[in-house]
Amino acid sequence: MAIWADTVALSRMQFALTAIFHMLWPVLTTGMAIYLVVVEGLWLRTKNPDYYRHARFWSKLYVLNFGIGVASGLPMEFQFGTNWAPFSEAVGDFFGSILGFEGAMAFMLEAGFLGIMLFGWGRVHPVIHYFSTIMVAFGANLSTFWILVANSWLQTPAGGELVNGKFIVDDYFQAILNPFMFISVSHMFFATLETSLFVIGGISAWYILNHRHPEFFARSLKIAVAVAIAVTPLQIYIGHLSAEQVAHYQPTKLAAMEAKWETSPAGQPADWSLVALPNNKLERNDWEISIPNGLGYILEFKKNLSEPVLGLKEWQPDDRPEMVGLVYYSFRIMSGIGFFLAGLMGVSVIQWLRGKFAPEAIAHQKWLLRTWLLAAPLGYIAVESGWIVRCVGRQPWVVYGQIRTAEGVSNLPASEVLTSLLVFAAVYTTLFICALFFGSRIIRQGPNLELPVPGIENQPAVETEPAKFIPDQRPIEAQQ
Amino acid sequence: MENLEHFLTQVWFVILALFLFLYVMLDGFDLGVGILSLTSSDEERRSILMTSLGNVWDANETWLVLMGGALFGAFPLAYGTILNALYIPIFGMIFGLIFRAVAFEFREHSTNKVFWNLAFGVGSFTAALFQGFALGSVLEGIAVDEAGHFVGSIWDWLDWRSLLVALTLIQGYVLIGSTYLILKTDGELQNTHYRTAKLAAITTLIGAVLITIVTPVVYENARAKLFHQPEVYIFALIPALGIVLVGLLLRSLNRKAEVTPLIWTILLFLLTFVGLGLVVFPYIIPPDITIYQAAAAPSALVFMIIFIGFLIPIMLFYNIYNYIVFRGKVSGVHYTE
Ligand code: HDD
Ligand code: HEM
Ligand code: HEM
Repeated sequence: MAIWADTVALSRMQFALTAIFHMLWPVLTTGMAIYLVVVEGLWLRTKNPDYYRHARFWSKLYVLNFGIGVASGLPMEFQFGTNWAPFSEAVGDFFGSILGFEGAMAFMLEAGFLGIMLFGWGRVHPVIHYFSTIMVAFGANLSTFWILVANSWLQTPAGGELVNGKFIVDDYFQAILNPFMFISVSHMFFATLETSLFVIGGISAWYILNHRHPEFFARSLKIAVAVAIAVTPLQIYIGHLSAEQVAHYQPTKLAAMEAKWETSPAGQPADWSLVALPNNKLERNDWEISIPNGLGYILEFKKNLSEPVLGLKEWQPDDRPEMVGLVYYSFRIMSGIGFFLAGLMGVSVIQWLRGKFAPEAIAHQKWLLRTWLLAAPLGYIAVESGWIVRCVGRQPWVVYGQIRTAEGVSNLPASEVLTSLLVFAAVYTTLFICALFFGSRIIRQGPNLELPVPGIENQPAVETEPAKFIPDQRPIEAQQ
Repeated sequence: MENLEHFLTQVWFVILALFLFLYVMLDGFDLGVGILSLTSSDEERRSILMTSLGNVWDANETWLVLMGGALFGAFPLAYGTILNALYIPIFGMIFGLIFRAVAFEFREHSTNKVFWNLAFGVGSFTAALFQGFALGSVLEGIAVDEAGHFVGSIWDWLDWRSLLVALTLIQGYVLIGSTYLILKTDGELQNTHYRTAKLAAITTLIGAVLITIVTPVVYENARAKLFHQPEVYIFALIPALGIVLVGLLLRSLNRKAEVTPLIWTILLFLLTFVGLGLVVFPYIIPPDITIYQAAAAPSALVFMIIFIGFLIPIMLFYNIYNYIVFRGKVSGVHYTE
């Protein structure tokens, strides 16, 4: 069937496009919200106005992202019904409830306090303002939590069973605490943090390279490096745990991630493929470079596998992911970026310890700063590749092992889905270009270092203008 | 057991109606202000209009998101069937809301504001229009098989009756938007909105009267229900009260009151809502599927009451607090940082 006449393929493409686009914005807002809490806290503690100006400057980028995040989140919320009605009906009891919690606990909290966080400076007491900033950050991270609960449950459905096409839940807490939940939430949490750190660090590096406020931006760069010391290695470790849980619960996905066609039995070493050209038709890799005995070390830190690693040929072609190459390379891109960012953190820490981050020396670290600038978009690429591994690797299931993707699609004429898909593509391209354009305009304008700092005492709610001095213009005699 | 199940389902019907009402009232004035911005004569005025929404539009829109999630969890069948049937109006509304949302940020940073003015105004108008179509076609009924799955055509939602509802809803949004602006602005700008509010009150009234007449004439189900013995008195009360409220509204506009026009408008919205709720109940996919058929398992409904129900007062509390912090007239024209 031609792709433009295939409702299933088009609905999948539409979901992929909208999810990939939506994902770009919350990544920054959730991570950066934590950074804003940190700098505002530092300001309240140290009273150093630079921290206040950091909070104001970065929150400009924050709102820009927030607006597009909200706009692109709306179609996500309704798309399950429009394009995936049978899926929604089958899993609504659990999956729908979780989306409801996300709205009530996370989105509303975030939206309800955002106004005060952005415009409340000087209108509310600084402590209330700080509380609002914390609530915004808390709301954003709760939203990550709930959406990952929902998505992890699609990977490892627990807490009930499918009866006559409807998922009957007997234990909601077991469904929330499904096997993937904990590690996936953590991996995503650190992903938002890591991406935001390298965006903040990269932009700061750009200013320092251009000799604009080097001292001011050395501060944010140092915060980014300091937090990255913990985040980057942890993320690799949690990534490793993610791979382990995939190996345990979703063998088809693992086989696709490794482009592995033949099974490797237990008790023996197996090669780990570094680059390959998977061929779906012939069920083999046309070409491959692999590291001898690597797989055992990667999965279990020892040479011989203790459990067999199944190859794709163990399943019928209908029961395994089709886009093996995409999953395989996405996985390598993500992990490559994970190691690269950890390496960059390592080099930066060494230079810092050698005193190269001092105000007069930092601008000479040209290569290091350029690398930070280059690293700014890498987090996004890792996040998107990670999601491709997760969602495409789950195929042909929408709820792993229970409901097939093709069974979940609404009964719609293909032309209708094609139309909405094309409109999405056009609108999202426009928004993406505008966001880059206005984002770079905000960055080029730079921070306002003259911004008056609101007093710790509550300020009057009304803006007052300083009285103008009007010289007395009456004739001298009259003034006596 | 049966009774408890029915009760839980009814509770969720009421909660959903509450979310929908809050959305229609709150984002209603946002969208109304957006539609009114199309008629603004200069950039400064448009900036004031957008500033009056800067801190609230996002929270207001979130009631819609919340309603979507709660409908999905509490009535999965209705969520799937209705959204499937209303594919075009739903995406029409969503694209309108997308443009409305990004206009706030992009307009602030752009030097050529024309495009973003249009995105804001036309986006609001489009969203309101398609919401009206969606509402109209749900009231009219959705073609389903006995399992409750949509079996109609993709253009079912488009006819003159849903168009009538859509146009009336737009008038209603303009009305509540004007009365909101009466509260938030002063001087010449405020005067303009006294005029638009009066006009919108009259056009909304005409729309509402037409809908009230058309409904029992065209729909058998509604007729049977409306003219059923004791209820008929309640149903007769609603239009009567509505006329009284419109009278009070016009009087307060003539007296140049600042707060009461908004209050009367909100009460009008509430009254209409109660009326529609009574007509629709107990159906959630009219005319065939009741809330009891579409509801999730009782355990899911309880689970959701625990996590969402108890949050409703807290959500209301901090939303109200937000309005209190930013009370008073709009000053300055900065709606983003
Ligand atoms: C900054 C972002 C980032 C970085 C540096 C990494 N990841 Fe990742 N990864 C994600 C961001 C991410 C993600 C986007 O957040 C995913 C998608 C879904 C999820 O829960 O996390 C993900 C998913 C994901 C999965 C799929 C889980 C599944 O399909 O259920 C695996 C196996 C890994 N990761 C493994 C790794 C390894 C071994 C890494 C490093 C060496 C690594 N990740 C670095
Ligand atoms: C966390 C919430 C998410 C949920 C609940 C979710 C769920 C789904 C569903 C229901 C589908 C359609 C059915 C299918 O094709 O399997 C899908 C497909 C897809 N999603 Fe996710 N998704 C989520 C997040 C994401 C994100 C953030 C991305 C990307 C950055 C993403 C990428 C994709 C892709 C690429 C597909 C198409 C896969 C294919 O059809 O081959 N998803 N997902
Ligand atoms: C891992 C995947 C996801 C994460 C981490 C995530 C996180 C977030 C966050 C933090 C926001 C707040 C807006 C912002 O800060 O920019 C947001 C907005 C939104 N997201 Fe996502 N989301 C994900 C996927 C999804 C999916 C699959 C849906 C569909 C149900 C969805 C629905 C929404 C909606 C409706 C909004 C707008 C909320 C509002 O009005 O405030 N998200 N998302």
